[in-house]
Amino acid sequence: MNLTRDDVQEIIGLLDSSPFDELRLETGAFKLTLKRSGAGGWTQENETPAAPATPLPAATAKAAVALEPGTVAIRPPLMGTFYRAPKPGAAPFVEIGSLVEPDTAIGIVETMKLMNSVPAGARGTIVAILAENGEYVEQDRVLMILRP
Amino acid sequence: MIRRLLIANRGEIAVRIIATCRRLGIESVLAASAADLAALPARLADRTVCIGPAPSAQSYLNAGAIVAAARDAACDAIHPGYGFLSESIVLAAAARQAGIVFIGPTEAQLAGVGDKLRARELAAAAGLPVVPGGAARSAAEAADIVKRIGCPILVKAVGGGGGRGMKLLSDPARTGETIAMAMAEAEAAFGDGRVYLERFVGRGRHVEVQLIGDGDTVVALGDRDCSIQRRYQKLVEEAPAPALDENLRARLHEAAAAFGRALAYRGLGTVEFLVDAGRGEFYFLEMNARIQVEHPVTEAVTGLDLVAEQIAVAEGRKLRPALHGIAPQGHAIEFRVNAEDSGRDFRPSPGTVTKAVFPAGDGIRVDTHVEAGSAMPPFYDSLVAKIIVHAEDRPAALALARRALAGCRIEGIATNLDMHRALLDDGEFARGGVDTAYFARFWRGGGAAPR
Repeated sequence: MNLTRDDVQEIIGLLDSSPFDELRLETGAFKLTLKRSGAGGWTQENETPAAPATPLPAATAKAAVALEPGTVAIRPPLMGTFYRAPKPGAAPFVEIGSLVEPDTAIGIVETMKLMNSVPAGARGTIVAILAENGEYVEQDRVLMILRP
Repeated sequence: MIRRLLIANRGEIAVRIIATCRRLGIESVLAASAADLAALPARLADRTVCIGPAPSAQSYLNAGAIVAAARDAACDAIHPGYGFLSESIVLAAAARQAGIVFIGPTEAQLAGVGDKLRARELAAAAGLPVVPGGAARSAAEAADIVKRIGCPILVKAVGGGGGRGMKLLSDPARTGETIAMAMAEAEAAFGDGRVYLERFVGRGRHVEVQLIGDGDTVVALGDRDCSIQRRYQKLVEEAPAPALDENLRARLHEAAAAFGRALAYRGLGTVEFLVDAGRGEFYFLEMNARIQVEHPVTEAVTGLDLVAEQIAVAEGRKLRPALHGIAPQGHAIEFRVNAEDSGRDFRPSPGTVTKAVFPAGDGIRVDTHVEAGSAMPPFYDSLVAKIIVHAEDRPAALALARRALAGCRIEGIATNLDMHRALLDDGEFARGGVDTAYFARFWRGGGAAPR
């Protein structure tokens, strides 16, 4: 069974006429905690047992990146979907050999429907491109490597 | 009669639709992406079908996969929710060909209002005032419009929506480059490079009218004010629109209903207006042919279940007599809690929610798919919860909102809850009737200061 809003209102109504400040209700299907909060209102905390959470699509091997001395890794500002070009079919922002300034956009990361450009972060030449277009990347993923 | 319904959406709206299905005794089948199989909607639905991998383009935007899932699960109908394919003619047509009811207007109506340019023409033909402007297929055509109506001008993507695909043009000398950029972006984002230009009305209010039609009769179910926006994204909505002249309100309702009648509209729809309250003037902006995120404020003041009414007209029923002449009771306000860090320029904050405490009590409604352990994946929008308060009048609703938001705690991800709390402390917001420029002003002016 699941609790509806009306059920919760009804339970709160019952509690209001009681001296208790907290109710914990636990069944096989859910856990509900109602608390009289300091501000005089009630708060509700729900938990429905979940099957083990599906992990996000595996971010491909990231730890194994060994940086040569003197090179700089470019990582995304946020986790999300990495795009190398401003739009499908367009030329990538940079290629191996491209010269970049610290604020040169080397790609875009789409997070929660917002597009954020990925700056190179340092001045130099792109020497390796490790992330693919359309790949899901975590924040610690090395997208590209540049040599100052 | 719909007995088994496929929900082609995710997040709080999926939870919301499942609740109505349960109340009506309709079996719910959730079409979910691989990233959402363990989320709350999947556990609440009677059945869940995986329609593809996490990225929307391969799941929630894949009309073929959705219709195939509906057919395989022997569903009678598809509810598309909002966003994604909610206004897709492709999905509506594919459903029809499979003998499945698409819960939405007719394909012709989707075509009419989904194309903003065409919607503008239809509205003008129905006698609604539209913002001066027009379509531009080239920089030269744009320059003509700029000359005719003057800057500032808003450049909008014909295929855009939900606040996306808009650019402000303040300097006529930049017309060429702005149009070129807007067209390129529109092509990239919506696969449709067409743009149109409209005079930018900086001090307008965003007021919208909720419609429902059965293809024959169309009624207005009241209005909502959605002027609290950041970068064209709504943050707070209320019903009825506060501090609005009653004569102007009646004219807005009548204009929206007139547009619905001109379309012989069938379904739930919202007509958005830009209102210049000072001058008592208004302009048609666009029509949304779907359920809106902010529908709960209308439900609060009317006592209706809009999803149930939407299902009823999709089944071919006539509007219930009770829908005619509904008067709003009290005042309702909705706060959108987003996974955006208001302390860090609203930076998105995907991740796992470790704790979720929501307010509860009389006059408080929380629509959410989030509880402790829920994932907020980076692939989808950032809506965590909608907190809706309803009280006998606006001051009482504001007081209730302060208490409700004080009792709300989300941990594990950053949110904009502090922003909502600061907003509730602002005198101008409390007075009511602010325009769409208000929020940026408020936030720049210290709304962002730590409390």
